[in-house]
Amino acid sequence: MSAEGLPAAVLRVGLPILLAFAAGALILLALGKNPLDYYAFVFRRGLLSWAGLQETITRSAPLLLIAAGLIVAFRAGIWNLGVDGQFLLAAVVCAAVAPWLIGFLPRWLTLVSSLIVAALVGASWSLVPALLKARYGVNEIITTLMMSFLGISLANVLIKAAFWDPATTVPQTRTLPVASRLPRLFDTTIHFGIVIAVVAILFVHFVMTRTAFGLKLRIVGANPHAAVHAGLPMAPLTFATFALSAALIGMGGAIEILGVHGTVRADWNPAYGLLVIPLVFLARFNGLGSIVFVLFFAALQIGGESAARRLDVPHYYVLLLVSLVLLFLAIVEYLDQQSSRRRVAA
Amino acid sequence: MSEASTPAISLKGVTKRFPGVVANDAITLDFFSGEIHALLGENGAGKSTLIGLLAGMQQPDEGSFELFGRPARILSPRDSLDRGIGTVFQHVLLVPSLSVLENLMLGGSWWRPLGREGALRTFGELAAMLGVTIDPDAPVGRLELGQQQQVEIIRALWRDAKVLILDEPTSMLTPQGVEDLGRVMRRLKEGGVAVIFITHKLREAYAFGDRISVLRLGRLVGAVPPERLERMSELEVTDEVIRLMFGQDKSYGDMAETLLGRGHRGRLNPVNRSGRPLLELVDVSTAAEMGECALKSLSLALWPGEVVGIAGVDGNGQKHLAEVLAGQRPVASGRMLIEEVDVTTEGVGARRRRGLSYITDERLGEGTVSSMSVATNLVLKEVGRPPLWRSGVTLWERIHESAREQIVRHDIRTPSERTPLGRLSGGNIQKVLLARELGEAMRIAVFNKPTYGLDLQNTNLARQRIRESAARGMATLVISTELDELFELADRIAVMFQGRLVGIVENSGEDEERIGRMMTGAAA
Repeated sequence: MSAEGLPAAVLRVGLPILLAFAAGALILLALGKNPLDYYAFVFRRGLLSWAGLQETITRSAPLLLIAAGLIVAFRAGIWNLGVDGQFLLAAVVCAAVAPWLIGFLPRWLTLVSSLIVAALVGASWSLVPALLKARYGVNEIITTLMMSFLGISLANVLIKAAFWDPATTVPQTRTLPVASRLPRLFDTTIHFGIVIAVVAILFVHFVMTRTAFGLKLRIVGANPHAAVHAGLPMAPLTFATFALSAALIGMGGAIEILGVHGTVRADWNPAYGLLVIPLVFLARFNGLGSIVFVLFFAALQIGGESAARRLDVPHYYVLLLVSLVLLFLAIVEYLDQQSSRRRVAA
Repeated sequence: MSEASTPAISLKGVTKRFPGVVANDAITLDFFSGEIHALLGENGAGKSTLIGLLAGMQQPDEGSFELFGRPARILSPRDSLDRGIGTVFQHVLLVPSLSVLENLMLGGSWWRPLGREGALRTFGELAAMLGVTIDPDAPVGRLELGQQQQVEIIRALWRDAKVLILDEPTSMLTPQGVEDLGRVMRRLKEGGVAVIFITHKLREAYAFGDRISVLRLGRLVGAVPPERLERMSELEVTDEVIRLMFGQDKSYGDMAETLLGRGHRGRLNPVNRSGRPLLELVDVSTAAEMGECALKSLSLALWPGEVVGIAGVDGNGQKHLAEVLAGQRPVASGRMLIEEVDVTTEGVGARRRRGLSYITDERLGEGTVSSMSVATNLVLKEVGRPPLWRSGVTLWERIHESAREQIVRHDIRTPSERTPLGRLSGGNIQKVLLARELGEAMRIAVFNKPTYGLDLQNTNLARQRIRESAARGMATLVISTELDELFELADRIAVMFQGRLVGIVENSGEDEERIGRMMTGAAA
């Protein structure tokens, strides 16, 4: 929606990324590594090799669904920070339900029902924060974070107390056979989940920009007083936002199980939530922009994980890069505003 | 008061620019000790910027200050206080839960113990000088607004101020409160303080000022020095100031009337109240949160074609009244009827479809979403409804097309219908609101402070729209803290005090004293 067009937008995002890589290079030098080697390796591994690209796209699927869920909430001014709890709980219930359903349902029906169950579990875990926010105005940042801790613990409890596969010694759920998981696309290792994820984020983008519901959420997010003034039903909208956001995140957990792992081990927690939040901010809550950032980040992650083994650079370095990008994005934005202010005044 | 003495503050060619506007343009002006200097100008004339510079909140881009003949720079609010400049801002900036004395002691050094005895002595001296009686141990929140303002003045003088700046100090006072303030200003003047009295009301400038300076669009367009002011009648001063403000422009008649607060008083056609009322409130009460004033069994009826004014000092329940009528606030008890249909439980949307619109005073706070486009703001209360939405899908083409039409029809000055609303001037934002709220289908309009913060031209426009809608047969309620505005527009004037209607009178334009008394809670 910006007036200045695509080139300026690309520059505004591209410049911080370049600066972040430059600053990151200095840190690599300080660690005694050759930054050019590292960056070259990461990109070869994460984007330019066929195997790496497939891994990157596979990794993007749950991240995109989380991004879709976050966009819904953030656009409505609701800071759902309970991603990890919603994600994990949905994943665990999905991992418990799918191997059971496959016993008497056809494959496609098993997959669809498991996805729906996961979405419902995710949504239900947002019910308490939604109620507290709508009824008593309790800040959702606190409640969703707290519910996230509870959700992560409850997921572990469920595995150990209810869903423990008797055939295994380590606590984990029963495993969905590889043949019953989400189908692969053509001749690749990429599973069907990426299609679900891309459709979901495009759908969210459409809803937020082209429907009355999306506009209402944006009004609530941009100025809640104006929303009350315009007579928007605040409580139902709050519940709907929480539910939709957490349901999408829960589906993210489900496709990671139905597409990749087939089971959840106790203490498994990829903690994608806090990784995706900065990406969604970088894309300014724009669905299409989020796809680009998620792919970029997934490539970094896949490349970084490999580099950790091969070049002995901790994979946390990838997080450092992301935070540097955010930092430079803020600086570039600030300088841009300053200069445009000066231009107007002159 | 002699011209020969050194001014307390001199401005030498002070210029301050903001994006797109020169707020102060090469202003050269002297303020003298022992003199009340009225600084007159409409909204947007650059008064607030000038105060900001003197109070040290902003730095001038060009020009300089002299304090008692010495060049000086005012670097920060603290610096301004240290140099003996005290400022009383338009809105009260005190901590309501602390006592009067505690509020006054707030600015001291952090390492020095609070000296209650000394503070009490200073308080006594200043209160005596101003001729006010305030309990130093009362929590500020319990004081009336006029008293809170007196505390603000004492605080401004606390550190031996030689210059006192009062920014629109009369805007929250009853007519009697304004008299009291005048007395306080005169005593300060006798005490040798240079008083800078900022106002947009010509009458007050004449009544209290020893010298009048007129600002317009950031420039100092003229001044009436004391020697001349003493010899002139109010009428002559009025003519002179109007000439300064509008030059030889012949079209200033309406604006001059607005400036003087002497528009057409009352309306020509008597309202027919024999039929059934269009809008009725019956014994309505609301629940209040901390710091709000709730309604206490308020009853009111409006007939088609009539304008009822609600007078009262700000904070006496006007906000709740407006919100209850709009459907934004639930009632605790009582009923609301539109054409004898009970609509008490209906929300904003349902009442709007019955033809009730609410033009809020918080144009940016709740009336609009400043980050969204003009077009979106024009349909803010219609989201999801046909014909601009089809099964929930937004028809942006139609929305933008209809916005372009409205922009032309209502003369909204905006680069495009897609421009974020926040980039528009206050007057144009009000035009967007009026365009949205006064559509063809509307039959009842509730205006809350419709001209607050607008310049003269837009003030006239807004009042014109109110008159037009009444002439069209709409029942109109105008809530205002400016009595002159109500005298100009209303058929009847009701007075609110602490959530109740104290009384309601036919507007003859001559009941100012009686209404002023009612504003302090005295029965009609």
